[in-house]
Amino acid sequence: MSRLPFYLIVGLLMLLGIGTSLHRHIQMEVPWTPGEQRQVWEVEAIVDFTALGDPARVELALPSHQRGYRILTENTASPGYGLSFLQDESGRRAQWATRRATGSQQLYYSVRLLVTDDQRKRQIARPPLRDVSWERPYDTAAAQVIERAWMRSADPYTFTRELIRDFSDELQGENARLLLTQFERTPLLVRLLNQAGVHAQEVSGLLLEDGRRRQTLTSWIMVFEDEENWALFDPRTAEQGQPDNLLLWEAGGRAVLEVQGGTNSRVTFSMLSRSQPAAAAVRSQLADDTLLNFSIHSLPLEEQALFQTILLIPIGALVVVFLRILVGIKTSGTFMPVLIALAFIQTTLPTGLIGFLLVVSVGLVIRNYLSYLNLLLVARVSAVIITVIAIISIFSVLSYRFGLNAGLTITFFPMIILAWTIERMSILWEEEGPKQVLIQGGGSLITAVLAYLAMNNPWIRHITFNFLGVQLIIMALILLLGNYTGYRLLELRRFKPVTED
Amino acid sequence: MWARPSQLLRRGIIGMNRRNIRYIGRYNSRRLYPLVDDKLKTKLLAEQYGITTPALIGTVTTQFEVKRVGNMIAGHDGFAIKPAKGSGGKGILVIERVDHDGFVKPSGAKLSLEDLHRHISNILSGLYSLGGAPDVAMIEALINFDEKLSEYTYEGVPDIRVIVFRGYPVMAMMRLSTAASDGKANLHQGAVGVGLDIATGTAVRGVQFDRSRRDHPDTGHELASLRIPDWTNLLELAASCYEMTGLGYLGTDMVIDRNRGPMLLELNARPGLAIQMANGEGLRSRLDLVEKQSDRLSVKERVTFAQRHFARRGELKDLPEPELAPTCVNT
Repeated sequence: MSRLPFYLIVGLLMLLGIGTSLHRHIQMEVPWTPGEQRQVWEVEAIVDFTALGDPARVELALPSHQRGYRILTENTASPGYGLSFLQDESGRRAQWATRRATGSQQLYYSVRLLVTDDQRKRQIARPPLRDVSWERPYDTAAAQVIERAWMRSADPYTFTRELIRDFSDELQGENARLLLTQFERTPLLVRLLNQAGVHAQEVSGLLLEDGRRRQTLTSWIMVFEDEENWALFDPRTAEQGQPDNLLLWEAGGRAVLEVQGGTNSRVTFSMLSRSQPAAAAVRSQLADDTLLNFSIHSLPLEEQALFQTILLIPIGALVVVFLRILVGIKTSGTFMPVLIALAFIQTTLPTGLIGFLLVVSVGLVIRNYLSYLNLLLVARVSAVIITVIAIISIFSVLSYRFGLNAGLTITFFPMIILAWTIERMSILWEEEGPKQVLIQGGGSLITAVLAYLAMNNPWIRHITFNFLGVQLIIMALILLLGNYTGYRLLELRRFKPVTED
Repeated sequence: MWARPSQLLRRGIIGMNRRNIRYIGRYNSRRLYPLVDDKLKTKLLAEQYGITTPALIGTVTTQFEVKRVGNMIAGHDGFAIKPAKGSGGKGILVIERVDHDGFVKPSGAKLSLEDLHRHISNILSGLYSLGGAPDVAMIEALINFDEKLSEYTYEGVPDIRVIVFRGYPVMAMMRLSTAASDGKANLHQGAVGVGLDIATGTAVRGVQFDRSRRDHPDTGHELASLRIPDWTNLLELAASCYEMTGLGYLGTDMVIDRNRGPMLLELNARPGLAIQMANGEGLRSRLDLVEKQSDRLSVKERVTFAQRHFARRGELKDLPEPELAPTCVNT
């Protein structure tokens, strides 16, 4: 009988559980603790244009998940326009369209972004080299600028830096000045880079600053070292690297805004930074769950609330397994304490304890009378169930009359379980005496209270709800406990007399 | 108050978890459980294997038959009503004698025929059976236990629990009912457990409520002189239950009848661990030794092996015992 398959299964469950939890933590930015605060940016883009009275079509580039930022939610406001979101390899775009529009038009797009520690660079497809042709006399100027920068550089990045430096204000050479008279700075630089055989494209980014309004996008140059690696360059200062507060709005080398059927179009941005609890930030993440990101958050809210409770049951089961196998506490009914603990969550602990003791003790008295009636078992337990319901109703009404609203929560107790508990305790009383009833009843209550404390812990609630992988870890732990052949804690006391002589 | 795990380990004490996984889980196949969980089945099986059991007066299987119990027990002086699937002695009602005005329990309490009907009805509806399944009530003739043993017990019948592991009797104890245990032979209810030497059937040590005792709390009789008559026979009877049931880790409850000798009362596929307390010794070393032995031996050979290897001298006696049951060790 090899135990290898057993340990393999346990190890696999452990690995899978830890793996998926880590994945959710790192990839989806789900925090380990519920209290953590996260910074969230709210950015609003306003597209303004004057419509010409014809069908109008507006295309706006949209940001995607990227290094340092994760999109939580996005909204648009554009009455009278049809809206669709397009996605291709160059990025996401929103497309508004209408049959007829006249006068000043305003379209709104707002996005909430979670600031993350995700440092991985986004994969962006390398743009092809474009053929570059110049008119005289710009061709010689361009060739000389390239030649000069080429000599003083070793690779695409240093070349870019030298090239931009040539165009910067203080050091501007004659050739550069000539070229700038004819071309815009950023497209010109991309053109020169392409001519020198360096893959590059112009991208647009938004510098995030709290409380700023009417901001515009700034242009940046994305230079590719090879197929995968790229770096951002500031075309003004030649600085390499992406500033932390730069949100790449359009990274596909396409226009940010395209308007057909309108003039004077422009897009401006306003932004606001807020802090919010991490759990809330996680909850509002877009439901782009794949199998790996498998999460309860993709369910409707009502079912989510239900699952929040269901996912706690394994924690209760773990407490029961722990107390029975490692400690050796006796309970009446194996998992009855878990159900009682679930009721405690609804009633709060003091009310729950008082309610439980009241129902069980009154139930025991009535059950004691029932035993004189000489009934068949099923009929008797059914009678106890009705008795329990009656007791619960009476307590609810009484507590409400006395203004104790907490008493109303007593209805959360699982009545059939309570009836069986009463029946079992009553038999135990008859056969083994009140002492055993106290031991088992007390054991059940202690287990229920401990299970309640574990299940009601905010941190445990957060972990079980947000990391489904934890369920696999619990499973592995329970399997391991099921393999334990050592002594129970209470056995150390029970067998003590043997060691004495 | 608390023992260290290492202390218990050194004495070879077995805990619940180890018993469940290592012995019951490994040696007791689930499908064999019904043979021992149902006393009626055990009884019929025992008859096939020539193992003596208390005589069966009758069985009640339907509520309809409950009314006929009066006729069934007519003429019997004493009897016991048992649920066939009861566990831990639950639901066993012993009637010592029948008076003109009722049925007398060993404690002297009187019951009416109505009370018997109610009790049997409860048994049938599954009140005492595992999982509340419908059950059958058995009515058995009372055991006339050996007078030599009667001074060691208060009310109820003292029974002898022998743990049989792979057919080898490994440990034994006698359970003496007390006033505290209400005539029941359950240790956790306050019965006195007396560890028995496997070689001779003499008392080793007594415990009540997990504390050692030298005398019976009610009769005051000292326990050291306890010696089970017909011991080897009893062990062989217990050991042969292995062939009968196929269960590797078995608790056999035996009684000694004045006229019919050792009898099998019931079997238990999940025997408790209190026997270690009564013997002042853990089961571990004995079980380990038996695990190394072949189980192809005959009943006699196995009993002889056990008597030779598990022999002990009583702690209750101050004087050393001169003879060590010469009839037993003869190989």
